[in-house]
Order: sequence, then C-alpha cells, then structure tokens
Amino acid sequence: MSVDLAAVRRIAHLARIGVSEAEIPHLQHEINAILAFVEALGEVDVEGVEPMTSVTPMRLPMRDDVVTDGEIAAKVLANAPLTEDGFFLVPKVIE
Amino acid sequence: MTVQTGNAKLLKGATGDWETVIGLEVHAQVTSRAKLFSGASTEFGGEPNTHVSLVDAAMPGMLPVINRECVAQAVRTGLALKAQINKRSTFDRKNYFYPDLPQGYQISQYKSPIVGEGEIQVDLTPDYAIRVGIERLHLEQDAGKSLHDQSPTMSFVDLNRSGVALMEIVSKPDLRSADEAKAYVGKLRTILRYIGSCDGDMEKGSLRADVNVSVRRPGEPLGTRCEIKNVNSIRFIGQAIDTEARRQIEIIEDGGTIQQETRLFDPARGETRSMRSKEEAHDYRYFPDPDLLPLELDGEWIDALAAFLPELPDAKKARLIADYGLSAYDAAVIVAERETADFFESAVNHGGAQRDAKAVANWLMGDLSAQANAQGVGVADAGLSAASLATLVDLICEGVISGKIAKDLLVMLLGPDRGADPRALVEARGLRQVTDTGAIDAAVGAVIAANPDKAEQARAKPGMLGWFVGQVMKATGGKANPQAVSDALKTRLGL
Repeated sequence: MSVDLAAVRRIAHLARIGVSEAEIPHLQHEINAILAFVEALGEVDVEGVEPMTSVTPMRLPMRDDVVTDGEIAAKVLANAPLTEDGFFLVPKVIE
Repeated sequence: MTVQTGNAKLLKGATGDWETVIGLEVHAQVTSRAKLFSGASTEFGGEPNTHVSLVDAAMPGMLPVINRECVAQAVRTGLALKAQINKRSTFDRKNYFYPDLPQGYQISQYKSPIVGEGEIQVDLTPDYAIRVGIERLHLEQDAGKSLHDQSPTMSFVDLNRSGVALMEIVSKPDLRSADEAKAYVGKLRTILRYIGSCDGDMEKGSLRADVNVSVRRPGEPLGTRCEIKNVNSIRFIGQAIDTEARRQIEIIEDGGTIQQETRLFDPARGETRSMRSKEEAHDYRYFPDPDLLPLELDGEWIDALAAFLPELPDAKKARLIADYGLSAYDAAVIVAERETADFFESAVNHGGAQRDAKAVANWLMGDLSAQANAQGVGVADAGLSAASLATLVDLICEGVISGKIAKDLLVMLLGPDRGADPRALVEARGLRQVTDTGAIDAAVGAVIAANPDKAEQARAKPGMLGWFVGQVMKATGGKANPQAVSDALKTRLGL
C-alpha cells in the first residue's frame, strides 16, 4: 500500500494540518516508508486468531448511572482564549 | 389484520408513476442521569457549560468510562424492537472537526453495533399494518450546541449536550410514502416511551431523524438516494419526504440524474437544499477507539432486562381489544401513550368492578382529550383522576345525570372544582337530572302553550321537535332527561 501526492494533500486537509506544496513530496515519502514498515505484519499468518484488543486480560469497566461530575464551568473554560456568559467563543462557523 | 412489507403508494409524474423508497436513521437521546462516558448530568437546559466534565470537554489525559444504564437502555430498546442483541460490540472513533465536538471525533459504533436486525409493526389504519425492518441500533455520543446568532463574528459553544448518550436506530429502506415514514417514527417513539429508554420529546431534540429518500419506477432497482439531515418533527419528516421525492422525479423526468448528497429541509420555504459543506466530511476515517475495550454482555443480564420490560404497545392493544371489547381504532388511540392506557384501565376497573369500557373510552378520547389538548397536556395530566372519570361514567349509567350534564360536570371538575368528588358535586350543585315524568310533562306543556304557532308547524314538520327539546331543556336548566322530554313532546304533539 502507498499514497500518492493527492492522497497526502487530502489527508492533511481532513486532519486540518496546513502543509505547503513544497513539503508534500517529503511527507509522501515518509508516509509510504511507515506503510511499508507496517506492511511487514501482513506476512504473519493470523488465520483463526482473535483480534487482540487489550494487553491486559480485563473486561470493559462500567460506571453506575450517577451524576458525579460537572458543575465546574470555570475550570472547563479556563484555557479558552475567548468566553462570554459561560460560552466558548469561536470564529463564526456557518453551515 | 393485513400485515405486509412496503405497500406501493405511487406518485404521479409527468411521464408515469414513481415509487418513493425511504429509510430512516433516528437519533434518540437515551434517558439516563449521567452521560455515556462521564459522570456529568444529562439534565436539559442548564447554564452553559455547567453539565460538563473534563472528559466531555476532551481535556488531555481524560478517559471514557461507559455508563451501565445507557448500555441497558440500548439493550431494552433492542429487545422491544425484537432485534438481535450482540453480546460483543465495539466502539469506534468517527473523525470530523466542528467547534462543538471538542474531541475532534465522536465515539460511535461502526462495524459492530450493540443491536442488530429487528422489526417493528406499524399500523397505518385500524386494520392495515406494515412491517418495517430495523437494520441496527448503536450507541454514540451527542455533540455540543453552537449558537450562531449571538454575534456577527463569533459562534457561541455550549458543551452541556456533549457526551450525552444517543441511540441511532437505522431502518431498512422498507418505507414507501411520507405517511408510512411518519407512522413508523410515531410507533418507534411510542415504543421508546413505553420502555423509558427515550422521552421522545422532539421539541427538546430528544428524537430527530436523518431521512434517506430515493425514487424509482415501480419494479426497477433502487434509485440514487439523498439524505436529509436532522429533521426534528414528525410533520416535517413527512413534508421533507414529499418535497424531496418531487424534486427527484422532476430532475429525472427532465433527463437529469440524481447526485447522492446530504441535504437540509427548510420548512419555511418548503424545500430541501444541498449541504455541500458536509460532502467531504463524509470521509470520517473510522477506527477502533483505543480507549475502550469491546463491550461484552452476559446472557443472564440480558435475560434480566427482558424480564422487566413492560407490556409493549402491540400486546397492550391486543389485550384491550380482547379484554374490554374495544374497537381496533379505540385501542390504537388509547395505547399510543402508556399513561393514557394506564389511565383508561384504572378508570374502567376503579373500585373493583369493571364498568362500560366503551363509555370510558369515549369520554377519554372525546371531551377529556379535548380539554387536555387545550391545556397542552396528556389526558392523564388534565386534572381529572381515573377514579373521577369512573364516577362520572357511573353517574351517567345510573341515570343520575345526562350526558349533557356530564359534559358540564367535566368542565367544572377540570376548572373551578378541580379535585372535587363528582358525586358530591352533583348533589351540591343540584345537577341531578329530572326524570320525574310529571315535572317534565308540565314543562313540556308550558313550552307548547307559549308557542302555539310553532307547535302547529311541528305537527306538520316533525323536524321541529329538536327546537322544542332545546326550549324545554332551557326551561329546566338543562337538567331534564332529554329522552323523557322527547317522549313527552311526541305524546303532546301527537307525533
């Protein structure tokens, strides 16, 4: 598997990462090197092997349906560059 | 009852008939106290950003821990939809950027949902129903809310909804008209409300739908579909489908082709329009959420949830018909809300003796329902207890009051005399109907004597009788038994 220049531009755009046109060939080379590295895994025969989802033998822990958190608006908003009346303010987005 | 899948309700185009094919993705907010993956409250309408934990705000290092009750609600819903419950399901990240999605992804279930295929029976008329297949149900997080009208340059973001649990319920493309789609959402809402997994409050956004619409010539393969996003009322779902089907038919008949795309329904203009901005966002780059292990359920736990499911609407409707002799129509109206059905049964069985179920149903669906609608509440919350409705029906059956007086009595019981005992109120206000034939005959005689001309006309035109009944009722303060009045009039006038 490998990516072409258009795919690199698209991935960058979807990830909202600004990449200059000059950087793209270099990134393409790096991504393809990573893909080639991972591709080595394809040589392992995993027929009939359950996908491993965790390195620890445990089940998904669950919580009771009790309100134990929240009411910390000041903390939630503390790092926001701009707030008003308890809202985050962001540059206007219009559908 | 006739039950079948997808009855063709064809639309007439300029060049022939068209069939509309509809599938719905309903987003139902799970009823729970805390959010899907955090301990923050789900309560509606708090001050902005107060029902938010650091998990919901996606602060670095925060990890999601799933709420057991949200899982239980999804399983209950799956059971009520007669659906496959998957004992193993997984969570995936759906990646997109929007200011009210602080994680940059929504935790959802993509490849392995918690609930698989199921089915709903949707009654279209009392004796005609369709079966609608359920494709899947999965759990996912809601996003926050953006307000765009507070400032010319900024959007305001409130994360109170962020992380609230949603069930996305996907139907198969089994619906063939706007009416069928509306009935399907209505039935789904009823089921969710019965089991208490979603309050179904569309005004608060607890239930909203993405509507997939395509058209085809009858018998042909499926056409290209368009998805109308986020329609938030049953009425608008119907309008959006009709509008979109018409738009597609026109394009194809003019020689064009349908572009698969996401559209928005604008109820004010009665049109759907393209949301081009959403197009490339469709590349969500799903991948398994590394923060969450697979969700594994025990068979015993599922069985326990099944054992505590309430009687569901279809079963209740069948029982009301069998046990109380209700018509299919009356039973369907009464079971639409669980509270109404409970109220009906309490009233019919009040005091241990079963009274005239049809009479109770008529009062419930007639005057009481009208009064409740005027107040904007359900019949069970209009202010009349089931016991009082039972007494009111008893008073009529015993001949103590007429139906006409009962209507007035109901208004008193819902208004100035709220909470009063109907029987005591009848005595206190002297509402007991006059059945004494002597007294009624005297009143009839007086009215005839006062209107000799009209009496003469009535002898020739018996249709005039109604006018006389009205006059006598007026003269007796509405308390005379109307049947007795009519009988006395006929005798006196020789009809």
